[in-house]
Amino acid sequence: MTAAAELMDYDEVISKFDPVLGLEVHVELSTATKMFCGCPVTFGGEPNTQVCPTCLGLPGALPVVNANAVASAIRIGLALNCEIAEWCRFARKNYFYPDMPKNFQTSQYDEPIAFNGWLDVELEDGTVVRVDIERAHMEEDTGKSLHVGGATGRIHGAEHSLLDYNRAGVPLIEIVTKPITGTGARAPEVARAYVTALRDLLRALDVSDVRMDQGSLRCDANVSLMAKDASEFGTRTETKNVNSLRSVERAVRFEMTRQAAVLQAGGRIVQETRHFDESTGSTSSGRAKETSEDYRYFPEPDLVPIAPSREWVEELRQTLPEMPSVRRKRIQAEWNLTDLELRDLLNVGAVDLIAATVDAGASPGEARAWWVSQLAQEANSRGVELADLPITPKQVAEVIKMVASGQLTNKLARSAVEGVLAGEGEPAEVVEKRNLKVVSDESALTAAVDEALAAQPDVLEKIRSGKVAAAGAIVGAVMKATKGQADAKRVRELILERANA
Amino acid sequence: MSELTRLTAAELAAKIQAKEVSAVEVAQAHLDRIADVDPAVHAFLHVSAESALAQARAVDEDVAAGNQPASPLAGVPLALKDVVTMQGAPTTCGSKMLEGWHPPYDATITTKMLEAGIVILGKTNMDEFAMGSSTENSAYGPTRNPWDLDRIPGGSGGGSSAALAAFEAPLAIGTDTGGSIRQPGAVTGTVGVKPTYGGVSRYGLVAFSSSLDQAGPCARTVMDAALLHEVIGGHDPLDATSIDEPVPAVVQAVREGSIGDLRGLKIGVVKEFSGDGYEPGVMVSFNEAVERLRSLGAEIVEVSCPHFKYALSAYYLIAPSECSSNLARFDAMRYGIRVGDNGERSAEEVMSLTRDAGFGPEVKRRIMIGTYALSSGYYDAYYGSAQKVRTLIKRDFEAAYEKADVLVSPTTPTTAFPLGERTDNPMAMYLADLCTIPASLAGHPAMSVPSRLSGVDGLPVGLQIMAPALQETRMYRVAAAYEVARNEADGGPLINRVPELEVAR
Repeated sequence: MTAAAELMDYDEVISKFDPVLGLEVHVELSTATKMFCGCPVTFGGEPNTQVCPTCLGLPGALPVVNANAVASAIRIGLALNCEIAEWCRFARKNYFYPDMPKNFQTSQYDEPIAFNGWLDVELEDGTVVRVDIERAHMEEDTGKSLHVGGATGRIHGAEHSLLDYNRAGVPLIEIVTKPITGTGARAPEVARAYVTALRDLLRALDVSDVRMDQGSLRCDANVSLMAKDASEFGTRTETKNVNSLRSVERAVRFEMTRQAAVLQAGGRIVQETRHFDESTGSTSSGRAKETSEDYRYFPEPDLVPIAPSREWVEELRQTLPEMPSVRRKRIQAEWNLTDLELRDLLNVGAVDLIAATVDAGASPGEARAWWVSQLAQEANSRGVELADLPITPKQVAEVIKMVASGQLTNKLARSAVEGVLAGEGEPAEVVEKRNLKVVSDESALTAAVDEALAAQPDVLEKIRSGKVAAAGAIVGAVMKATKGQADAKRVRELILERANA
Repeated sequence: MSELTRLTAAELAAKIQAKEVSAVEVAQAHLDRIADVDPAVHAFLHVSAESALAQARAVDEDVAAGNQPASPLAGVPLALKDVVTMQGAPTTCGSKMLEGWHPPYDATITTKMLEAGIVILGKTNMDEFAMGSSTENSAYGPTRNPWDLDRIPGGSGGGSSAALAAFEAPLAIGTDTGGSIRQPGAVTGTVGVKPTYGGVSRYGLVAFSSSLDQAGPCARTVMDAALLHEVIGGHDPLDATSIDEPVPAVVQAVREGSIGDLRGLKIGVVKEFSGDGYEPGVMVSFNEAVERLRSLGAEIVEVSCPHFKYALSAYYLIAPSECSSNLARFDAMRYGIRVGDNGERSAEEVMSLTRDAGFGPEVKRRIMIGTYALSSGYYDAYYGSAQKVRTLIKRDFEAAYEKADVLVSPTTPTTAFPLGERTDNPMAMYLADLCTIPASLAGHPAMSVPSRLSGVDGLPVGLQIMAPALQETRMYRVAAAYEVARNEADGGPLINRVPELEVAR
């Protein structure tokens, strides 16, 4: 390991330099099948079970473009206010790496499907920053390598490597911004807000799971600094492995302070790939890009050009959902939220989750309560974004509906949610496995009440003498006996009934 | 030699349907012939006797049950070039790299042929990854030309052409990138057809140059080639470059052409296909063929294609560029051989050692040329310019087809050259494809039919017939008319003059 990098105080960085950002976001599409073959696209399958001659790159196998992936790419382009190419091609990006079956990636080079767009990004204080989009292009994902042995988990120093090609050929859209300038001290915040806004947009389009923790949304952050009086951009670094929104902000901030220290000391920035370390919040040098790798791009001869008709593009435009920013304003009115309340929800990333939970059948109040209390705490203690918790709005709505119908008490509901978060399955499965159903068997409940009353004759006397409040002690005993799975209200009714029988 | 091996595919199919002979007998006769002569010819890399006989039995059961034949070629044996995948047999592409690789899937054309009741005898030898014009680049030793065992059978599909000329199979599959079907056809006195690019599925054909590769039929008669063409042709959803059009009615075109009347047809002679490098024996044969076509009623016109002189150079940039990328997948990770994996070396080192040991010199040469041509700073000068030449060649063809319905030329500038003659001189080897490359670059159909033996060395010469995209019917019609006329004049098919081979046992 190299010695810890010198860092410059952030305020000093801002007083001396202007940061320039460029963000590259890779989105895995949630199409049913891969980009160029019929293999399923699902996360977490047994290694090398979702593969065929084409995505394994076997000799003789050929690709065929997934039309649904093209449709998703065009919708993303339209939602980002891009122009959609009338004619474009795939290209081969040639480089050797064991997790890439053909040793070239089928991608797009100088003819992206979408280009010249923008996305308005709202910062915490309501400031809107327009981020210009350079391009959005289609490509295929690589397989996954697991490097075993060695200290770094990288290929160098590993004893051996395991390869899983399930992900090879999964459709990807790469969205590249134009250089983002003039954001000054807020650059890290803008970076985070951009990725957040993009994630929300993609979720609204329903084209991807957008799970940063699972890699279906990945961000590479290009950062450079230019001296206050400079007219040209400085040399940039590209930080990879930025796996959460918080990390995007931290990585940009770290690079700014590191690069400033290097420049201040008279050094120069090496154009290179850097790796972000979640635990330390720092970046470390990867492979140098000084002599930029020659990918020998050329048009993919196994595929025909893509020429989306203007009619099709217009049809796809009609399928665009309400944009998240517009939707938020509407929701604020419908839920009757103050600006502050809305911002709090936004800050924990809860608005769209709550809305989705409401869409799935829950009441806005209940949905809000779940996401901002138990789930927000859970996200906090896990150190992940709310949206990255392994529970979906639909599952939360499911639990809320079970409470509303009396199948679960609030307490049992919390256990059900814990079960879902622990990966035990859908809410109904968790309720089944953990045996969480409210005890609705009257005879069992009556027996438990009788037993509790018999055990505490003094309390029984008090109830009989009209001190109804004393029943609380018996409720407690019954709840304990039924492991909390009884409906407390019904228990109280039964106690009064039996005591006075 | 069993008389069965001398018959055409059409004759064999008819006899099998008429129960004069069983498909198993036919398959066995050819397997016996392979055992007899292939030690000397070396057309086959792998013989699939067991599966071939099983396929033949299935056809016989069909015949016995009185079922309609699966196709007009049901029960006819075929030799499959080893660049096309077939389950149950290895696919090596003539390379050490793929030694022992058993593909887990069938090529689309393999599936189509098996469904048509064609009996696949085995896999034929070829220049490594289809790169070459003599089959000498095979890692498994060269194939020899049945006309003269000291000469090359053409390439890359020399195994397929030699199998036909040695009567080891009446049908074969070839693949043609710059001439690998037509040139072997010409130098072995057999028929070889490169269909329109996209006319036959490439799924399961191990790629050399994706924008040029095209599988096609090889046979001893024009009709047999047409029958096979109709079996393997047609749209394939697994190949994005496959054309979604019906297969041209080439069998019907052969029937029409066999009448021997080409009146109303204009045949263009490409001026640029003559001069330096063309053997006198080849030119005499060609001029005689042109006269024969004229005598059949065709109007002969001269056309000029000024950019054809750049075709060879453009081809040797485009094909190597694509091959440098297509062959990148042979990295010892998933299939094929692995060299130097001692548990210490890195993946990169093993990859490098394997590619060094697995590829032969011609493949390495083309990978290096292609890598260079695609590299940053050279792309426009090389690959980019070559693509522009390709466009100019297409325009030359367009202009020529304004004046003529089909074009003709010698298939190759020379007859079969001796083994070893050009192995140290890649440029001389590349010249063998001088006449075949333009149609490849344009994606047009073209075929070679036997014309006559060269008066200089007594070896076969081929006539190339080219047609516009998807106009295979014109080409087959001319080929059929020519075949009938030359056979009449010559007292029989040219292939009848091939010398008897010595039998191994």
